[in-house]
Amino acid sequence: MKVEQISVFLENRAGRLAEVAEILGKNGINIRALSLADTTDFGILRLIVNDREKAKEVLKEAGFTVGITEVVAVEVDDEPGGLAKILTPLSEEGINVEYMYAFVEKSRNKAVLIFRFENTDKAIEVLAKNNITILDGEQVYSL
Amino acid sequence: MIWNDEMETLPREALEALQLKRLKQVVERVYATVPFYRKKFQEAGITPDDIKSLDDLKRLPFTTKEDLRENYPFGMFAVPLKQVVRIHASSGTTGKPTVVGYTKRDIETWSELMARSLYAAGVTKEDIIQNAYGYGLFTGGLGVHYGAEKIGATVIPISGGHSKRQIMIMKDFGATVLTCTPSYALHLAEVAEEMGVEPRSTILKVGIFGAEPWTEEMRREIEELWNIKAIDIYGLSEIIGPGVSIECEEAQNGLHIFEDHFIPEIIDPETGENLPYGEYGELVITTITKEAFPVIRYRTRDITRLIKEPCICGRTFVRMDRVRGRTDDMLIIRGVNVFPSQIEEILISTKGVLPHYMIIVDREGTLDTLEVQVEVDEKIFSDEVRKLQQLARKIEQNIKETIGISAKVKLVEPKTLQRFEGKARRVIDKRKLFNGGK
Amino acid sequence: MIFEPEFECMPPDELRILQLYRLKRQLRRVYERVKPYREKMEKAGVKPDDIKSLEDIKYLPFTTKDDFRENYPYGLFATDMEEIVRVHSSSGTTGKPTVVGYTKRDLETWATLTARVLAAGGVRKRDIVQIAFGYGLFTGGFGLHYGVEKLGATVIPVSSGQTKRQIMIMKDYGTTALVCTPSYALHIAETLEEMRIDPKELKLRVGLFGAEPWTESMRQEIEKRLHIDATDNYGLSEVMGPGVSGECIEAKSGLHIFEDHFYPEIINPETGKPLPEGEWGELVITTLTKEGLPLIRYRTRDITKLYREECPCGRTLIKMAKPSGRTDDMLIIRGVNIFPSQVEEALLEIEGASPHFQIVVDRKGHLDEMEVWVEASEHLFFDSMRKQKELLDRITDHLQQSLGIKVKVKLVEPKTLERTSGKAKRVIDRRDLPKYVPEKYLKN
Repeated sequence: MKVEQISVFLENRAGRLAEVAEILGKNGINIRALSLADTTDFGILRLIVNDREKAKEVLKEAGFTVGITEVVAVEVDDEPGGLAKILTPLSEEGINVEYMYAFVEKSRNKAVLIFRFENTDKAIEVLAKNNITILDGEQVYSL
Repeated sequence: MIWNDEMETLPREALEALQLKRLKQVVERVYATVPFYRKKFQEAGITPDDIKSLDDLKRLPFTTKEDLRENYPFGMFAVPLKQVVRIHASSGTTGKPTVVGYTKRDIETWSELMARSLYAAGVTKEDIIQNAYGYGLFTGGLGVHYGAEKIGATVIPISGGHSKRQIMIMKDFGATVLTCTPSYALHLAEVAEEMGVEPRSTILKVGIFGAEPWTEEMRREIEELWNIKAIDIYGLSEIIGPGVSIECEEAQNGLHIFEDHFIPEIIDPETGENLPYGEYGELVITTITKEAFPVIRYRTRDITRLIKEPCICGRTFVRMDRVRGRTDDMLIIRGVNVFPSQIEEILISTKGVLPHYMIIVDREGTLDTLEVQVEVDEKIFSDEVRKLQQLARKIEQNIKETIGISAKVKLVEPKTLQRFEGKARRVIDKRKLFNGGK
Repeated sequence: MIFEPEFECMPPDELRILQLYRLKRQLRRVYERVKPYREKMEKAGVKPDDIKSLEDIKYLPFTTKDDFRENYPYGLFATDMEEIVRVHSSSGTTGKPTVVGYTKRDLETWATLTARVLAAGGVRKRDIVQIAFGYGLFTGGFGLHYGVEKLGATVIPVSSGQTKRQIMIMKDYGTTALVCTPSYALHIAETLEEMRIDPKELKLRVGLFGAEPWTESMRQEIEKRLHIDATDNYGLSEVMGPGVSGECIEAKSGLHIFEDHFYPEIINPETGKPLPEGEWGELVITTLTKEGLPLIRYRTRDITKLYREECPCGRTLIKMAKPSGRTDDMLIIRGVNIFPSQVEEALLEIEGASPHFQIVVDRKGHLDEMEVWVEASEHLFFDSMRKQKELLDRITDHLQQSLGIKVKVKLVEPKTLERTSGKAKRVIDRRDLPKYVPEKYLKN
């Protein structure tokens, strides 16, 4: 039920993001979803890719610090109120979201939300109990 | 102006006779009371009786900062602790600071030397001294403070920092003398201008600057900006604190060493051989009157030269040139002494591992900045911004807690730091501190 | 030990004679030399010669913090600047700071009085005293520093902050007496635990704490956790600094006021009428010996009571209870005095900062923390974290510069601060501070 996400440490310098994209592209790696968290000095790029092992390998080779984190991918209908349906039960159970990002699947008229929780297992339990669709890794990597 | 006319203008012959008498006394005393010195003298095959002339001083072994560390905290004291009325400390090369002690008479001596220093700079009873050196274990603040009291001038013990308040108080309280580091004096001028206060419009007339190296260009700039006379002062806690030597306002050319209390030598830092007057080398000082914490041939690691020619002010003391560099890797950042090894210790203790790091010292505008760049490798990486920021803040906090200065910790990508011969170069000092010298 | 038994154990009737003599002398001096005093006394229709007994002091007008402001910086000094050898001042750049001056003799007196405090708190010549009060314009550090010198003990002038270093010094240098704020003492106890150092390994014996109000239960906690005897001492820079009064280690109940130098009164803060011994009210102090800055009936704004009782220590001096509460809105944060109006002024000086703010004071662990919550209106909001952080840093920096203490600024969403009659409530103080005084004297 968990999805593996790649995270990359980037300094706030021009061209660093382009470099990552180029390396991934050259190696035939497809980005499924991404988000960039910025601070004054550095950023953290978070990616879901089709081939995470290879992505990690090529990025490390190029000298980047790469981490792999377990996140949870949730699918909802792309309509008003979709996000609230997920967040309300979580907040009722006191589960903290560390960060999240989302993308829309045009073909299926669905939205996919990527969550990083403080307590992943508990979050999955709550989501399942509330009949929310959780995508497994393979489903996300091959979207 | 000369505070202690008798001592400060003593003919050389009489001065040297006094030095010899005091040197013999102090050598006898440390031999009798400090096991460290006795052992070292014995190893060198010397007894106090062998000191028959000032020239014999060079037969005595050196004392170094490492010796002080090994005898931490009170092993170098020459009096029982109950006679010690004050303790100060300065940065050590590792977590343990260097501890120095003073008897009541030492405090009086120090006050006298600071009174001489202030007077040499033209400060009198009528003056209002804004003392912006840091107070506390650092000797700068309290050193100036006691000297000013001795003269009977008014002290505003404002200590360091809070620049806007410094300007407000300088203006409202009518300060006539400013004491701080030279770079802080430049910074204050900037702050004054930002606040709409024209520095030249204040009634400040003299500034006494020290605790960090500076140049003639800086002096001219400070004098021009503030319309004051800028005087260089020198000292180090291991010797007594500020008040080892000072420029006179008449010549502003070389710092008079108070030779009735200290014997200076210049050595070749490599060989330890004495160098003649006029040649640059490492300054070595022997204290000849201190009771609680006498030091014999202490290697200051400061590079300078001694000037023997008489000065127009009438003092007969030898002068030392501006300090032109260091023979070790100590950094002086905003007047605080920092050893790279201290930063390394902090990094290890914060994270349990030693990441690759680099220390970058720069001067932004007029203030020194300390940046520690830490490579983010997999051992310390997290995908959460918060955790990485917390790590950076924690290191900053630990540097502040242990060394006492604000540092900026910047997380950088791995292998971006320059490495030389496979080993990382640890320090980049972008400031231009020294003009000339080695 | 009693440092000056000839004064501290004086028979009360002799003491009153000395007080009256010194009061009259002081009044004549200020009347002659300090214009604001002369004008005030003339306006009240009193002359120094009208004061014929100590009770007559009630005819004299009060002096307040406003008088300092109006006569900033040196207008209340009674000597030429040439005789002034030290200047201290309150913190901050907003408003006018309170400026105090000392002559050489004032410094002597001050050192003697803090030596009395130290001796009463159990410090002896052989002690090693670590002073963890800030040195600088704040009077805390220097006051006790000179007292330790006077006593002939060893002083370690560590100044405040850098707690781990404080502890290393305490351990390695064999500190036997600690001088700081009571909350910092508890913070040290906490840090000792973190560093896994058993306080019994230390040579610490006594602690002298002041510069902020504290409770009996804090005393017990400090004594238990640090294995020391803890005493309270009191002072304020306007009057002199620490050394106005101090507890004795024998009784630890109430602070002996050094009446040969200060004449204390308790008044009803509403009416200004003197209250009898034993009743709670505002402490008013007249300095009897100060040369640089003499004060006549200075309103301290501190709430306490005065009482005379036979003390096992042998001192005959009157006692004041631990101060508990203020008659104004001043906050004491880590020993530094802060007025909410200073925060307001500082925020207004920053372009675009919302005037809606709240000061939240709390004790995290044992250290006071002051947060200023500012409502982020639209022009204070950026989508980039970098810009947002820069704004936050600018506000923080400005507040810290203006107040002279560390402040944490938090941006909160608009209209979320608790309001009273349309205005955000200025101060939320979550600390457990002593408040055993009649409610009627507590504003806010």
